[in-house]
Amino acid sequence: MQALYAQLLVGLINGSFYALLSLGLAVIFGMLNIINFAHGALYMMGAFCAYFLLNLAGIGYWPALILAPIVVGIFGMILERTMLQWLSGLDHLYGLLLTFGIALIVQGLFQNYFGSSGLPYAIPDELKGGINLGFMFLPIYRGWVVVFSLVVCIATWYLIEKTRLGANLRAATENPTLVRAFGINVPRMITLTYGLGVGLAALAGVLSAPINQVRPLMGADLIIVVFAVVVIGGMGSIMGSIITGFALGVIEGLTKYVYPEASNTVVFVLMVLVLLVKPTGLTGRAA
Amino acid sequence: MTAITDSLPAPPRAIRDEMIVFAVMATALMIVPLTGIYPFFVMQALCFALLACAFNLLIGYGGLLSFGHAMFLGTAGYFTAHGLKVWGLSPELGILMGTAGAAGLGVITGAVAIRRQGIYFAMITLALSQLLYFVYLQTPFTHGEDGIQGIPPGYLFGIFDLAKPTVLYYVVLVGFLGGFLLIYRTINSPFGEVLKSIRENEPRAISLGYKTDQYKLLAYILSGTLAGFAGSLKVFVAQNASLTDVHWTMSGEIVLMTLVGGLGTVFGPVVGAFVIIAMQQYLAGFGQWVTVIQGVIFVLCVLTFRRGVIGEIAHYLRRSL
Repeated sequence: MQALYAQLLVGLINGSFYALLSLGLAVIFGMLNIINFAHGALYMMGAFCAYFLLNLAGIGYWPALILAPIVVGIFGMILERTMLQWLSGLDHLYGLLLTFGIALIVQGLFQNYFGSSGLPYAIPDELKGGINLGFMFLPIYRGWVVVFSLVVCIATWYLIEKTRLGANLRAATENPTLVRAFGINVPRMITLTYGLGVGLAALAGVLSAPINQVRPLMGADLIIVVFAVVVIGGMGSIMGSIITGFALGVIEGLTKYVYPEASNTVVFVLMVLVLLVKPTGLTGRAA
Repeated sequence: MTAITDSLPAPPRAIRDEMIVFAVMATALMIVPLTGIYPFFVMQALCFALLACAFNLLIGYGGLLSFGHAMFLGTAGYFTAHGLKVWGLSPELGILMGTAGAAGLGVITGAVAIRRQGIYFAMITLALSQLLYFVYLQTPFTHGEDGIQGIPPGYLFGIFDLAKPTVLYYVVLVGFLGGFLLIYRTINSPFGEVLKSIRENEPRAISLGYKTDQYKLLAYILSGTLAGFAGSLKVFVAQNASLTDVHWTMSGEIVLMTLVGGLGTVFGPVVGAFVIIAMQQYLAGFGQWVTVIQGVIFVLCVLTFRRGVIGEIAHYLRRSL
């Protein structure tokens, strides 16, 4: 049973990353109509940013948790201003191709300088050790990742679904021209939205740095799984992305316990099943 | 689907132009062994050119961006290599087995992938190819990271000795030209016209009574089968079948070749394949810089050069190529 709970915990952690990343993809897709292929590379940049802050400037985990998403978010906003904005009005596919190119550049550059092996990033002192829950041993850091991701996801959901800013955002998704007529600066909003989505990816990167090590290709394979998560969940609903992300992480963890050989592929197989039964995804509308 | 290309149904003059270009291309490729150009490079480029042409059939004429075409390349490669090496099949049967394997894969994955359009189609094909990558990573017959190596070349139809580079070159060339003409014929057939109408406006094609899903599925299977044929030929050139051929980076390279040459142009993918393979050959010593340069080409193409090399030339000459 110990092993089962341990795998479920790993599943929940992976689920946190799926949720944070697919949430960002959904937010970006809503505003920019772009599937951000660079999301995995930006997640990796978040982890590297935390690594640099610690090793070059001596800035620890807690400030990095805020600083890294801001730095990478600004980088993302520069990308949006200099490149992505020129694609509005073109076929969606060009956005995918452009961001794929950006991902290749970023990952290639990091691989040139840091190779493919992992760099260690220590767990902060406050979160070291673990608690014995009776039925399992819970490393505090892992528990923290799950709880903190959940809080961030719900905060994002609240921001978009319940605040005035979020209402403007959703309105601009539906009809940007009309929202502009009300005097709202939609292009700036688009830039900030991209920054927000990218920041969420970078935050996931910082959270994963002590668990998965910091590697240039850490986001490359992850983003493909997240794409499958997005296809399963559909991008129509914020809450849908969050729930699907966590649920698939848990299912993957269970698979690791029951039939480890299939743990790499279970999300893709589920995607196929969902497509056969409900092609629009679990929460999505027809695209 | 807007703005992929602005090509209209080809008028007779365009067909004549394309025939002239085809004749020039075929002649140039036929005299390659006489010129002293390294035939291995050209053979490899021809395999990728056919692969990119097959990919282009789907994106350029059907408006479907597959981000998983490496799965056909890799699957056919593994099937052919396994047939030749383990079962001792003759080359023609090996090629048939690989191509049939890719066709079967096309039927299965196509039935899943065409359920969504546009951006979702790209994500689904990418996920399916990643699924297959993990399957090939774990099944024993692919030999994991090592791949299938040391494949005996054999005699095609019992006559042509594929161990001789010149013979192999002409076999690959005939395969490429055959595949190219098949794609060309498809594009200009009534089926191809329906496909283009789906790309331009699917709801309208549906309202005209076309079962668009069937057309898309057929185009997908045809594209996958031809991509598999290219993968089978590549086994004889590279004499191995490995995981790199199934990896998503390979799918990305196929997209890049077609984008550089020109999406939705007849000759663009061929030019793009030669450009990208030449670049890889030339920059082989620079490690990951190749990835960075490929990324830069992607970005530049999308931002400033969406028609690609052949697309720009065709636009300048006001012809369709």
